Amino acid sequence: MTEVLEAPQSQGGAPAASGSEPFLVVENLTVQFPTHDGLVYAVTDLSYSVEMGKTLGIVGESGSGKSVSSMAVLGLHDIKRSHLTGSIRVGGREVVGASAHTMRRVRGVDVAMIFQDPLTALHPFFRIGKQISEAYRIHHKVSKSVARRRAIEMLDLVGIPQPDRRVDDYVHQFSGGMRQRAMIAMALVNNPKLLIADEPTTALDVTVQAQILDLIQSLQREFGSAVILITHDLGVIAEVADDVLVMYAGRCVEKGSTKEILTKPEMPYTWGLLGSIADVVGDVSKPLIPIPGTPPSLLSPPSGCAFHPRCTYMDKVDGGPRRCETELPELRQGRRADHLLRCHISDPDAVYESEVKEKIG
Amino acid sequence: MTQEPPTTTEGPLLEVTDLQKYFPVKSSGVIRRTIGQVQAVDGVTFSIGAGQSLGLVGESGCGKTTTGRVITRLYDPTAGSMKFEGHEIGHLSKKEMHPYRRDIQLIFQDPYSSLNPRHTVGSIVGTPLLVHNAVPKNQVVDRVQGLLETVGLNPEHFNRYPSEFSGGQRQRIGIARALALNPKLIVADEPVSALDVSIQAQVINLLQDLQQKFGIAFLFIAHDLAIVRHFCPEVAVMYLGKIVEIGDRSSIYETPHHPYTQALLSAAPDVKQAVVGGRRERIRLEGDVPSPVNPPSGCRFRTRCWKAQAICAEQEPPLLEVGGRQVACHFAEPLQVVSSLVAESESEAPSLQDLSESGDAPVQVS
Ligand SMILES: Nc1ncnc2c1ncn2[C@@H]1O[C@H](COP(=O)(O)OP(=O)(O)O)[C@@H](O)[C@H]1O
Ligand SMILES: Nc1ncnc2c1ncn2[C@@H]1O[C@H](COP(=O)(O)OP(=O)(O)O)[C@@H](O)[C@H]1O
Ligand code: SF4
Ligand SMILES: [Mg+2]
Ligand SMILES: [Mg+2]
Repeated sequence: MTEVLEAPQSQGGAPAASGSEPFLVVENLTVQFPTHDGLVYAVTDLSYSVEMGKTLGIVGESGSGKSVSSMAVLGLHDIKRSHLTGSIRVGGREVVGASAHTMRRVRGVDVAMIFQDPLTALHPFFRIGKQISEAYRIHHKVSKSVARRRAIEMLDLVGIPQPDRRVDDYVHQFSGGMRQRAMIAMALVNNPKLLIADEPTTALDVTVQAQILDLIQSLQREFGSAVILITHDLGVIAEVADDVLVMYAGRCVEKGSTKEILTKPEMPYTWGLLGSIADVVGDVSKPLIPIPGTPPSLLSPPSGCAFHPRCTYMDKVDGGPRRCETELPELRQGRRADHLLRCHISDPDAVYESEVKEKIG
Repeated sequence: MTQEPPTTTEGPLLEVTDLQKYFPVKSSGVIRRTIGQVQAVDGVTFSIGAGQSLGLVGESGCGKTTTGRVITRLYDPTAGSMKFEGHEIGHLSKKEMHPYRRDIQLIFQDPYSSLNPRHTVGSIVGTPLLVHNAVPKNQVVDRVQGLLETVGLNPEHFNRYPSEFSGGQRQRIGIARALALNPKLIVADEPVSALDVSIQAQVINLLQDLQQKFGIAFLFIAHDLAIVRHFCPEVAVMYLGKIVEIGDRSSIYETPHHPYTQALLSAAPDVKQAVVGGRRERIRLEGDVPSPVNPPSGCRFRTRCWKAQAICAEQEPPLLEVGGRQVACHFAEPLQVVSSLVAESESEAPSLQDLSESGDAPVQVS
């Protein structure tokens, strides 16, 4: 399962040794929720892997299954309220069906998660430093004063000014950007090997967003950890991710190195996303090219290719729109070995070069 | 029909001069005294020509929404002048304002909270028509259906409730309501920020079509620099209640002169810039925006500015014409922060380092 990260242009030539697999390996993950209205097909047959030191960006519109898939890595789905199948291996350890004991270790030590809203992680009634040091003490047998020193160190690391004073503050005494930093400090206190950041900057202003993304990147460089960055913002992906996975209606529809996916996309939904966004450089007279319609409900995902009700390229398919409506396209290799896409168009690269690039480029 | 507001053809459609909006800060306790003022908008000057678009960008809390709400007279201005087609409207009474209301409409950010969930789409879009007696009662349904069609909704759906529509469709309902009275100016306050990217593009294209078709002027408020660049030939950048730079789109984006504009552009994540683009300045502001209750003396940006000198704390920099735009900075000079051209030689490009270390003459950027 190393097909994503075997970047052909990587220096040194030797891809990951065949014996050791990447730190996180997700295989054929499917998550469904039974509800009053029926079964929600939140994530279907999702596979990806992330190596230490790498950042995988997961992008897609709201409701495409980004959060559900990454919460599964942390075992956060209630098994009584969800159907979960497939395999998730963290550092070689199987997470799906694992004991509570194993999951505590995975959650506290191997993997940490940060969210859009810091208040989901930080309690308003307890001092910030106390929460960080307690998180540390769960996994380290140290005295309170040692743990407190660790908390101050972490606050300093994430750039909170005067950490020895602010350590005794409550959440409401912190600004939005500082709360996000404090949450990151808490997430990193046990040196996790994998950090999952779910829309960590969506609620922040751009200048603060830039600070937080810088922080995540510099911490990653320092500790060599793996990062999954979930966002709906392709600009954020472009700035920080090594690889990108595009999700639509609970499935991976395109995956590859960031540069490849953003400059040589081979899947109509990705074309649509790229055509929809404005830029701070380039020709302003070019109109935006929206994707028609709205994202589907995962209670009843469309048949065939889930994107077909919104796709404007079905006439490029051998066998015509009929195939798109009835037959699920397999995830297959694109113009490069590390480029995967899900579409019936037989030569999407040619279609991109001849018809799409000019419009959206 | 109510009386038409008097019209004049000369001058800008909207002319705002030294506009100020302060909110009192009250003490807690039984007797709530005013203990300070939130200087939300503090001396803002701009104008918008008929059929033109001015973009207002800046981070949250800088006063964009307040500016929009004063212009639509949802708030009364604390001071300053607002002229609509040459007539002062800043201090008109509710009754005197009535004829102007149809000309100036607002589109809200949140398509979920801005529509009354208990009213049908027909009633939401039709109410302004009735309030202003804009069409005879028996033609209201026809007009509403026409408006729904104009904004790309199914006219048959006028009997449905907002909850039956997606976010993008609700924003279209809000746009139909704003269009009902054929306004001359629409204040669009973050009209697409709550929507998914593919839907954002649908709504932006709709607004552009409507602008061309009906010649509507826009005050387009957003924090997304790329969308503002796409929509607005003119752009104003706000910081802590003041406009720090205003000018045409190419001046603001290609040769920003204010350090804050430069920092904003440097921080904006951008696909083209990151993947295809060439050189990019890396400017990272430290800390947070200060409180508008107690803004810094002199230049309000000075506490986060890497160029600040003693004068910045002592004198407020006036908004002056420099290099084809207006900018409020004692040390205004151009810096090309983003560029789509691949820089052939890095050494030739003026870098932030060069600019701040040598007090040299402004670098020429073509
Ligand atoms: N606990 C749950 N029960 C039922 N449906 C859920 C639950 N959690 C998420 N969903 C549904 O699963 C789909 C994917 O959600 P999510 O992963 O949160 O999307 P994203 O993060 O991409 O916006 C959505 O349709 C959402 O409504
Ligand atoms: N009704 C109000 N009462 C008191 N303060 C307000 C009110 N509305 C806005 N403010 C304050 O005024 C400043 C500007 O706010 P706003 O215009 O909403 O900014 P923006 O739209 O740029 O985010 C902020 O500090 C905000 O807290
Ligand atoms: S499979 Fe068909 S509907 Fe799906 S993206 Fe490709 S062309 Fe479009
Ligand atoms: Mg999510
Ligand atoms: Mg606002």
